[in-house]
Amino acid sequence: MNHDVFMAGFGGQGVLLIGNLLAYATILEGNNASYFPAYGVEKRGGAATCTVVMADGDVGSPVVGAPEAALLLNPLSMEKYYSRVRPGGFALINSSLVEDDGSSRDDLKKVCIPANEMALQVGDARLVNMIVLGAYLEHSKVVAMDSVKEALKYVLPERNHRFLPLNYEALERGATFCRQALA
Amino acid sequence: MTKRLFVKGNEAVAMGALEAGCRYYFGYPITPQSDIPEYISRELPKLGGEFIQAESEIASINMLLGASACGARAMTSSSSPGISLKQEGVSYMAGSECPGLIVNICRSGPGLGGIDASQADYFQATKGGGHGGYHIIVLAPASVQEMYDLTMLAFDLSDRYRVPAMILADAVIGQMKEALQPHPYTAPADLEPKNWALIGEGRAGEQKIVKSLYLGDGELEAHNNKLHAKYAVMQEKEVRYETVALADAQLIVTAYGSTARIAKTAVRLAREEGMKVGLLRPISLFPFPKAAYRQATQQGQRILCFELNNGQMVDDVRLAVPGIEVDFYGRPPGAGSLPTPEEFLAQIRSRYEA
Repeated sequence: MNHDVFMAGFGGQGVLLIGNLLAYATILEGNNASYFPAYGVEKRGGAATCTVVMADGDVGSPVVGAPEAALLLNPLSMEKYYSRVRPGGFALINSSLVEDDGSSRDDLKKVCIPANEMALQVGDARLVNMIVLGAYLEHSKVVAMDSVKEALKYVLPERNHRFLPLNYEALERGATFCRQALA
Repeated sequence: MTKRLFVKGNEAVAMGALEAGCRYYFGYPITPQSDIPEYISRELPKLGGEFIQAESEIASINMLLGASACGARAMTSSSSPGISLKQEGVSYMAGSECPGLIVNICRSGPGLGGIDASQADYFQATKGGGHGGYHIIVLAPASVQEMYDLTMLAFDLSDRYRVPAMILADAVIGQMKEALQPHPYTAPADLEPKNWALIGEGRAGEQKIVKSLYLGDGELEAHNNKLHAKYAVMQEKEVRYETVALADAQLIVTAYGSTARIAKTAVRLAREEGMKVGLLRPISLFPFPKAAYRQATQQGQRILCFELNNGQMVDDVRLAVPGIEVDFYGRPPGAGSLPTPEEFLAQIRSRYEA
């Protein structure tokens, strides 16, 4: 196993949280992962990106130039990073905010997902990140959904554990959407 | 075996230090290393230790000197501009033969620079950053696990030789999270008790003095020779490095810390393309693994050195292997983006074919 994914959005969308979650779930499954964040000095609104590299052996570089997969949550990320996705790779585009449907490239697999609307349907606008992660898991199968749910218990502070069911539902909805989109 | 944790490199340094018995921390906050004092300020009081956020970097390094002179296992941490401020104290520690750990999670410079990762403090760290012609032990971790393991080793080496030790890393290794397998610390059997420490034993025994001032005729020269004799022993016994696929390598890539991680993937990609490329990663930057470079280039193999600066370690590589062609590729600090494995691979390709 050797996979990498790049995630980008603006601060507050929860990009760093799902990067953490994915890397931790990988480690819970007994494999190795690196989680490398890069973000602006602002608490909200600045650019937030992270790279997760997952491997059953040595992780190697935590930095990736042409990622195998990219989760692009806002227009700026789409503009800056879409062209970097490895040919044959996978792009997940948050079509709630990004108008560009990615049609400029036909050398990769892409799924446009209305993550903001879907998050609101589940019950909270802040679930955008979980919708997106669920969709990525469905496509990539890098870790089991159950491992991510388990990891979420560790990544979320105890006081927020009452939100676990809502997060689980968002993950599942994202996965279902992606399954149908790829069918 | 204890469970694997998922922590930042900076946290791993803090955890390794406390596990190794460090009970005194003195520091002043600065990005990108503030996770270290944050962790220690929370955990050290529980162990009966002392955490002090000093009024400045200069105060904190001198507190470290004081704690060390009393025989305590102690540390400070900072990032590049803060480490510059500490250099006077480091020189005094080196002169007074006071052990202690200094952690530098480098950011870009010169001056206040920026907060991006950088390897531009290599010269400062390895050539003695303060005045007076000394060296300190410099270890360069390339993973979260090594941040933990090498912190413990740094304390042991520092105590063994009575030479200050530095962990030299950057924002990549400090801020990234990976799996960490914690393990209990055991002190090396050969570590002698610090009989030189100024802990006060009443009127019994000899007077003990810890100082860096030598005014007697020839005293200072002898003192300097003694320090340099220790560096020579360290060069003999304490060199550490990692090699990957060197056996049949035609081109040897070399890099340390974060850059070595990126280079490792580039070397794997080069191998997949059929190029016989290997990696030599210094773990101890002082003492520098000169002999390993000589060993690796016995058939006249060329070397390609990657750094996140405009070229510093490459000088030491060239000194280690006179007559061998040593190429350099690097990015100045604060370039805005990090080099990628693909970028290094392109450099490897052009050198390999040339």
